[in-house]
Amino acid sequence: MSENILSEGTPVTSTSDVLTPVVRRSRADQIFRGIATTASVTTFILMGLIGTFLLVKGYDALRVAGWSFLTESAWAPDQGGAFGVAAMLPYTVQIALVALVIAVPVALCTALFITEYAPRKLRRILTAMIDLLAAVPSLIYGLWGLFYLQPRLITLSKWMADHLGWVPFFTVDDQYGTSLGLFPSSTFVAGVVVSLMVIPICTVVMREVFSQAPAGEREGAMALGGTRWGVVRDVVLPFGRGGIIGGSMLGLGRAMGETIAVTLIISPSFDAKWSILDQGSNSIAALIALKFSESSTFGISALMAAGLVLFVITLIVNAAASTVVSKSRSGASTEI
Amino acid sequence: MTTTLNRTLNDSSEDKINTEERIKIRDIEIVDVIVMSGSAVSALALSYFFFQILLPVSGVLGFLVCWYVFFNIISTVAVWELRGAVKAKDHLARTFIWTGGMAAVVPLILVLVYVIGKGYHSLRPQFFTQDQKFVGALSDSTEGGGAHAIIGTLQQVGLASLISVPLGITTAVYLNEVNGRLAKPLRIIIDAMSAVPSIVAGLFIYAAWILALGNQQNGLAGSLALAVLFLPTVTRTSEVVLRLVPGGLREASLALGGTEWRTTSRVVLPTARSGLVTAVILGVARVIGETAPLILTVGGAFVMNANPFSGKQDSLPYFVFRLIRFPQEAQVQRAWTGAFVLVILVLVLFIIARAIGGRGPDHISRSKKRRLQRKGLA
Repeated sequence: MSENILSEGTPVTSTSDVLTPVVRRSRADQIFRGIATTASVTTFILMGLIGTFLLVKGYDALRVAGWSFLTESAWAPDQGGAFGVAAMLPYTVQIALVALVIAVPVALCTALFITEYAPRKLRRILTAMIDLLAAVPSLIYGLWGLFYLQPRLITLSKWMADHLGWVPFFTVDDQYGTSLGLFPSSTFVAGVVVSLMVIPICTVVMREVFSQAPAGEREGAMALGGTRWGVVRDVVLPFGRGGIIGGSMLGLGRAMGETIAVTLIISPSFDAKWSILDQGSNSIAALIALKFSESSTFGISALMAAGLVLFVITLIVNAAASTVVSKSRSGASTEI
Repeated sequence: MTTTLNRTLNDSSEDKINTEERIKIRDIEIVDVIVMSGSAVSALALSYFFFQILLPVSGVLGFLVCWYVFFNIISTVAVWELRGAVKAKDHLARTFIWTGGMAAVVPLILVLVYVIGKGYHSLRPQFFTQDQKFVGALSDSTEGGGAHAIIGTLQQVGLASLISVPLGITTAVYLNEVNGRLAKPLRIIIDAMSAVPSIVAGLFIYAAWILALGNQQNGLAGSLALAVLFLPTVTRTSEVVLRLVPGGLREASLALGGTEWRTTSRVVLPTARSGLVTAVILGVARVIGETAPLILTVGGAFVMNANPFSGKQDSLPYFVFRLIRFPQEAQVQRAWTGAFVLVILVLVLFIIARAIGGRGPDHISRSKKRRLQRKGLA
């Protein structure tokens, strides 16, 4: 941020004998400041309203369900039955984790590639490509995942279930053995599609942090005879650790809130399970999208409560992420 | 600026002996080429041997993975023999990072090619002029159109930008120029807001605007939901753009006696203009494909409703989302046509944003030049 002498009312040093600069603002400036402040206050209010309204409208359902809202896995608010997010929540996290397991290594490589390895021309093209990856609507990814990727991916799912079945997440117990029909609409497929939407978010954060790695140390490592990988390992990666962690967490937040692609791919299941390969998955966002049109007032109140849970979780994840990123970020201003 | 500077420097030094020859740090020697191509071929042979003859599996993907693993092993060992362990590690890391970089691009191309390939052949001109009024689920996929959805999308996104762009840029100005007491918490809030899942934005508008204030589902409700998603994007990207404006310019303006308002309106914003426009267009490109919040807010319709303030409206992504889940082949194909139009829309916006963003702040457009000429300044 530029040191703006005129706009700062506080003294530059803490010693009290230094005169506080007297600031006289013109009328236009007062209005200007007023408008700018109003706009920012509006943003504050808006954010507060989101939480408040979800709470107010979800209160009916929350009061009925109580704490069992977090432990109950069925969803039948309209039938007078029990309802809760205990099934959706693990599924949401599972999908997000699958997405991260794929997206973080790819994003890490892409970010390193853009900042360290790519020739100048390729770097610009790749940066544009990553931006485009972020701009393609999630609906389009969902369609592609459903029609193109899924039929191809389930052979991989089957292969993993057959050969890597000893890994707890890949165990598919089916008495008739594994067949391809067992694997569509799974957590795994949804996670792979969501990973495409997470990659640009992680890449952008990581790239920014990597490109701020101090040039002096970079050149020092080079001058000592380090290879490019040596520079990356000993300068860029340690410097960018905060960005890697923060970027991944931002991706996690995004992955958990992803709606349409997940809605298109999964077939809703209300029993949480460890295995990610076989049919049946769920997520809070997808539940809201699927159940919204068929819900009564009370059902919608329950959906609001579910939305509130999702809102709070993404808020926490994101706040943690931006703290990590901003700690790792150093002087980000440009001065002449 | 820098290029002209270089040119003048080069011109003056041309007649002297050129002592400085730039050292190329990435020189590919013939040995490297031989090692790499040799490894590639032997990996191909080896994976053919293993894959086709020894292992009871098949498939293109498996073969490629097999080849990739063998290629890395063979070439790393070869480099190790030739150049030692340090170089071998460097080589391995380089291959992985190149692969990872490409791995991000390949799916993007696959997605775009697939959607375009699926959608283009049933696109007829009437897609832009007709709605689905006289179309049944079984009528031909080229009949009717998505004009109602396109109009809806344009109106909703337009209204959303009318709300979010001024608010977002003003907030960015507050963060960067005024930099008052609220700036720090505000940054945290903006970050948090950009993480609000799109469906939650839809729920919020449904709860606040439709349930609490008693409005109906219509285009305006949809645009409000989009505005909630749009606002943090605009604010964050504009803030980055404003941050790039050199502080020296600001200080020069202030030193000349300019007020804060004048400095911002006459120096900072014009300097950042192309960046701001890029930020807004990129934001629009992202918002235009949002589906989840619209499911809850616009209601959806099959007939034209050009009034966003009353009655249910459709939007292009919602149109696609509904039709794709029909069992009829023709309906699904209509959805693909919609998806194709949506992708093209996003691509066009993206290219425009790139073209504008590529210009520097000293770029003078044709209309600006004319204006300046009229004033006798250029």
